[in-house]
Amino acid sequence: MTATGVGSTEPGRSGGAGFAGGGARNLRATLRQELIGLGGIVERNMYLTKRYILWDVAFMVWTIANTLTIVFIARSVHLSPARENELATKLLVGAVIWAFLGIIFEFVTETVAWERWEGTIEYTFMAPLSRSMHLFGQGAFAVLYGLIRATILFFVVAAFIGIHMPHANFAAALALLAIASLSFMGIGMMTSVLPLISPEKGAQLGFVAQGMMLAVSGVYYPVSVMPGWMQAVAKISPATYALRGDRASIVNGAKLAWTDVWPLLIIAGVAIPLGLAIFRRGERYAKQHGKLKRSG
Amino acid sequence: MSTLVAPASGSTSVRRDVPAVEVVNLTKEFRRRDKRAGRFARRRMPALKSVTFAMERGECVAILGQNGSGKSTLVRLLSTLLINDGGEARIFGHDAFRETRQIRQLVNRVSVEASFFKKMSAHENLSYAARFYGMPFSQTRTAIPEILERVGFPADRRGEAMENLSRGMQQKVALARALLTSPVLLLLDEPTTGLDPRSKLEVQEFIREVRGTHDATILLCTHDMSEAEALADRVGLLDRGELLFLEPVEDVKRRYGVETLEQAFFAATGRTFEDEHADDGDDEYREVFGG
Repeated sequence: MTATGVGSTEPGRSGGAGFAGGGARNLRATLRQELIGLGGIVERNMYLTKRYILWDVAFMVWTIANTLTIVFIARSVHLSPARENELATKLLVGAVIWAFLGIIFEFVTETVAWERWEGTIEYTFMAPLSRSMHLFGQGAFAVLYGLIRATILFFVVAAFIGIHMPHANFAAALALLAIASLSFMGIGMMTSVLPLISPEKGAQLGFVAQGMMLAVSGVYYPVSVMPGWMQAVAKISPATYALRGDRASIVNGAKLAWTDVWPLLIIAGVAIPLGLAIFRRGERYAKQHGKLKRSG
Repeated sequence: MSTLVAPASGSTSVRRDVPAVEVVNLTKEFRRRDKRAGRFARRRMPALKSVTFAMERGECVAILGQNGSGKSTLVRLLSTLLINDGGEARIFGHDAFRETRQIRQLVNRVSVEASFFKKMSAHENLSYAARFYGMPFSQTRTAIPEILERVGFPADRRGEAMENLSRGMQQKVALARALLTSPVLLLLDEPTTGLDPRSKLEVQEFIREVRGTHDATILLCTHDMSEAEALADRVGLLDRGELLFLEPVEDVKRRYGVETLEQAFFAATGRTFEDEHADDGDDEYREVFGG
């Protein structure tokens, strides 16, 4: 009979001994298990995307319509065709990054909210998967999914408006967006704790954080037009560098600029560990106060 | 013999020289809004009061109790979903509040709510849940159809969304999910509550089968006294957070000089068991949070 499936059952051996005795082998087994778990998060989100595909189509149509309302502004300001094209491209980049960021925040911030609503939250939190892998899995799917949606959005709107991008360096733009995603995930992890602490209002506060970040990052305008204090806050927002770099790559064909990369790496280096630490504190609080409970 | 497969990880050992579950003076309380005392005032609501008991490996223990008695709190504490306020709990020698990763490898749970992603199928729900326990695709490809067959889930409905399944079907999938990871401690929190009589009997029969073929220790929290009597080696009574007794059914009857568990409940608490409402196992939360 397969007894338990959890390894040695020798008398007198403790769990601690199991870890110590295995050494590197146990470390490999744990790492393998964590990676399989991370894959499980991605797999689950793929199933959900497949099941809710019509919602996705509807949301995509809405996002395209919303982006058109912004990019058409370039047509109304009576500039020369070249300047109008440049303005339309800049607005498009802003709208696409807004949509991309929105997806990452939605997935990471609502890690808890979705599970609470579906009722699976307790099963996920009692599984032997580290919280970092849980959140990274959610973030990894969000980045993949967000990149696909952002690419579709970008090219559909560009084709609809008739934007020309003869010098665009899409590879550099995509690479910068991927680097920025790490920072976005870290900040998303910080806000994902909110639904854990406040089941009713937490998710909404996450959207507030997303809006604030974009407002100070020059989503449709240069950072220089904002008041001084907002410009100071813009310096610590990863969206500032993602928007600046992607605009330069798509409008002027600029290569990946180190001046945009290093701030993003530093912000990611701070935001991810901080996000994980905040989430762990929040989880502990929720377990002390009995808030890891389904609702809905 | 069990056909259950083992999860991939081999990082947690199970000691044979210690009780499967050892709970000593376990205490948990929640804070509840107290509007009479002021807008922001809170009062402490004890959910478990210094509960002490032990379970041997392979044993099935049933905990009976009214709504709000602390049964679900106990299950949540043992499954690392709550942090204790006092006392300790050990599962196969591992501290339930410090060695949570090891505990999670050993424990799984079936609660009164089936709790699935409703749009996803039984197979999809089981598949991703198994990944969290380190089971790769190569393992779940055969293990999931096998376990679903064992719980009597029809093969032609494996791809159907959970929301289209009956409560009884969903609960079978919940049992399959718990057993898929081969837990050594299975926590069953009202697993048959709300099921029709036929589904109830099927689930009970499956629990009996698991006991016979799978080396699992089972803690069963239930409202159903006949279920407790039929499935458990020992029966405990949790009343307002206090464990009044935990012993074999015959010993309970002898102790109170009664014929049935219902009479024993009355003798122990001074209340009749019929007063309670067999709806779910979350009532201590409802009472505490007013949810």
